[in-house]
Amino acid sequence: MSKDIRIKKGLDIKLVGEAEKNTTTSSLSSVYAVKPEDFHGITPKLVAKEGAKVKAGDTLFYSKSDERILFLSPVSGKVTEVVRGARRKVLAVKIAADTKQVHKDFGTKNVDKLSAEEVKNHLFASGCWPFIKQRPYDIIANPNQAPKAIFISAYASAPLAADLEYTLAGKEAELQAAVTAIAKLTEGKVHLSVGQNASSLFTSLKGVALHKVSGPHPSGNVGTQIAKIDPINKGEVVWILTPQDLVVIGELFLTGKLNMTRTVALTGSQFSTPQYTTAIAGACIADVTAKNLQNNNTRVISGNVLSGKEVKEDGFLGYYDNQITAIPEGDDYEFFGWNKPIFNKISTSRAFTFSWLTPNKKYDLNTNTNGEHRAFVVTGAYEEVFPLDIYPMQLLKAFMYKDLDEMEALGGYEVAPEDFALTEFICVSKQPHQKIIREGLDLMREELG
Amino acid sequence: MSLKQNLHNLKEKYRGTKMAPAFNAIHTFLYLPNEVTHTGGTHIKAADDLKRTMNIVIISLIPCLLFGMFNAGYQHYAAIDPSLRGDVFANFFTMDNLWIGIIKVLPLVIVSYGVGLLVEFIFAVIKGHEVEEGYLVTGMLVPLIVPIDTPLWMLAVAVVFGVVIGKEVFGGTGMNILNPALTIRAFLFFAYPTWMSGDKVWVYDAVNRTGTADAISGETILGSYAQNQEVIYSTWDKFMGFIPGSVGETSTFLILIGAAILVFTKIGSWRIIVSTFAGAAVMGLIFNLVTSSGIITESSKFYGLMNTVWWEHLMIGGLAFGAVFMATDPVTGSQTNKGKWIYGFLIGFFSIMIRVFNPAYPEGVFLAILLMNVFAPTIDHYVVQGNVNKRLKRAKVKTA
Repeated sequence: MSKDIRIKKGLDIKLVGEAEKNTTTSSLSSVYAVKPEDFHGITPKLVAKEGAKVKAGDTLFYSKSDERILFLSPVSGKVTEVVRGARRKVLAVKIAADTKQVHKDFGTKNVDKLSAEEVKNHLFASGCWPFIKQRPYDIIANPNQAPKAIFISAYASAPLAADLEYTLAGKEAELQAAVTAIAKLTEGKVHLSVGQNASSLFTSLKGVALHKVSGPHPSGNVGTQIAKIDPINKGEVVWILTPQDLVVIGELFLTGKLNMTRTVALTGSQFSTPQYTTAIAGACIADVTAKNLQNNNTRVISGNVLSGKEVKEDGFLGYYDNQITAIPEGDDYEFFGWNKPIFNKISTSRAFTFSWLTPNKKYDLNTNTNGEHRAFVVTGAYEEVFPLDIYPMQLLKAFMYKDLDEMEALGGYEVAPEDFALTEFICVSKQPHQKIIREGLDLMREELG
Repeated sequence: MSLKQNLHNLKEKYRGTKMAPAFNAIHTFLYLPNEVTHTGGTHIKAADDLKRTMNIVIISLIPCLLFGMFNAGYQHYAAIDPSLRGDVFANFFTMDNLWIGIIKVLPLVIVSYGVGLLVEFIFAVIKGHEVEEGYLVTGMLVPLIVPIDTPLWMLAVAVVFGVVIGKEVFGGTGMNILNPALTIRAFLFFAYPTWMSGDKVWVYDAVNRTGTADAISGETILGSYAQNQEVIYSTWDKFMGFIPGSVGETSTFLILIGAAILVFTKIGSWRIIVSTFAGAAVMGLIFNLVTSSGIITESSKFYGLMNTVWWEHLMIGGLAFGAVFMATDPVTGSQTNKGKWIYGFLIGFFSIMIRVFNPAYPEGVFLAILLMNVFAPTIDHYVVQGNVNKRLKRAKVKTA
């Protein structure tokens, strides 16, 4: 039985540079990196020493707060460098990859026969636990708290998002194995949300509650789906997994191998041929984008344009990302840009902006903020693109003045930064909504636990 | 070197100095800044910023301003020679009328912007924040809501008061509790009451000629009604705005065009505009009911205004202008959609109530809006509380 979720509020941002359905195989990078900052809220304790030889699946570091949460090397090779920042904070562990990859064997398992405890232990041991995220706070799941439900969004609605049906095609067995295993971790349901026209890849999965979602972005955001299906209340926890990480977990159970290879979408106007490519998590961006990127004043983003992270060309593919976006940097002045009619940018207002006339046009947006940072002035605009039953501006203000009672009461437990990506996009006052939410959530976690 | 490059170099040179905000204000007036999105958030941004938003409000006010300039002359000459009212179309858009507008209205605009922006710049430099766009709209609103003969020095004093006490002490644009333009208007009203009300201030030169052979009368419609007198203007005149009154508030027709611009561009809240008119209509109907049922008779001093047909209330005085351009101020108004309905309705409701019962000054819009500005956070509080309660209801863990 599927339950339909229809989202009315939101905004589809149509950009040029959609990936063609054609996958190239990028060569093995010479260097890979695992960055603790990809795992928000984790304090890493290093295991790997500089110069040590590692196999794909050997531990690099673990979480200080819970030693069972391991972070493994995605490739085999030699640990060349531990990059540190201010106060010796670990920024990245770099590994020079061997030409012949060796995987650590975790042993195959029959998922049907495993107990919840065995599943959990296997995920710990194999370094797959970081794939499970939790809300509230949008961090790696705390294994000591039982989730009331597990959510999987198999519908990507973000701008230029990788088509999961395409990137995960043929992975039915892995998906099913992973779903069967993780379903044991909750007393509640495993909710799987798919698009209106989803193929049997997702709809045929057993042991899940299927939901069909439709409507503009952020209908594919798992946060939107949680809010519509089973909103989080104080004291409750839900866990979240992405389909591509499920495939890794599934493959682990079926083959005993941690295979972090994934199909990555290269999107955005700065790619000469936007398409798909295969890459291992942590790969060097320059190797993945080789010969495709037009590198004149380009911003490269690991992830999508709304919630990804900027990476330099010598940077690395994020641990969870299945998309690299490249758009023009907008660091130029525009004469009378604040009052002349605008045809080449997107806007939800109609203040001399004409994107409402051409809803299907694809835009080539750059990174210019189109204005200066100001206090909140305009009201009622965020609500048009924010489908959650939360007052976005009031919540943002509570997060800014750090009133914990209000943060809690206005819906702080239900949100993640990415839920505020669209309000940040349309914000006339150019406020950094996602940063405000991230800092507020960190404060809540610290103070309220 | 190009102007763009020169300005860029200057910006870098003055970065971090006291004068940087003042320089940036001029720079960003000419050029959209070269700022890029920060690295960990939304990498792209929508096209509009606060300047563009404020700009649209100013554009929507321009018809009212131009009309107000012609009307200034028209009311002046028509008061001297009432026969001019016979053929409005021939006698309205004339150079003579415009000339009065230019010598009387333009200085109001210039003083309003000059003094207001000076105060803004001084505060920006002292406090080290950027010059914000809020005053662009306030500066245009102020000349439109004052009587034509307002002395320029009074306006200057009021603007200083309004910007400092109405806005800057709260932290600048976006932080104020009261609408700055209305704070300026209220200051004028309470500080210089004889200049701001009565029957001589609405028509240019009426005060000077009082008691002389060519005295001119300049009663507004509300003034006439308040004294239970006949009103000489037709409904058409009232709707189109060929009547005495504050500079920009007379033409309901052009105000509605402004409203259409604001609503279409999604800058002004249609909820507030509609609900303000609805609130005023309801109060007007209540008063009409009172007079038709005979509770108030013609001998009462309130009879004239109470007996005004409810829809006429919407066209006369400053109600339409207040509803469209003042009540919709997003900073001082209600911020939630439900709150906006309540907020607007009460503004309209109280506007007509104050208009009828205010013995000194037959107008209530600006007082009603200021009153509701103060209550807007309370309205929002209860609306938001509804959402909070919904959340508490479905929670299983109850907190103490």
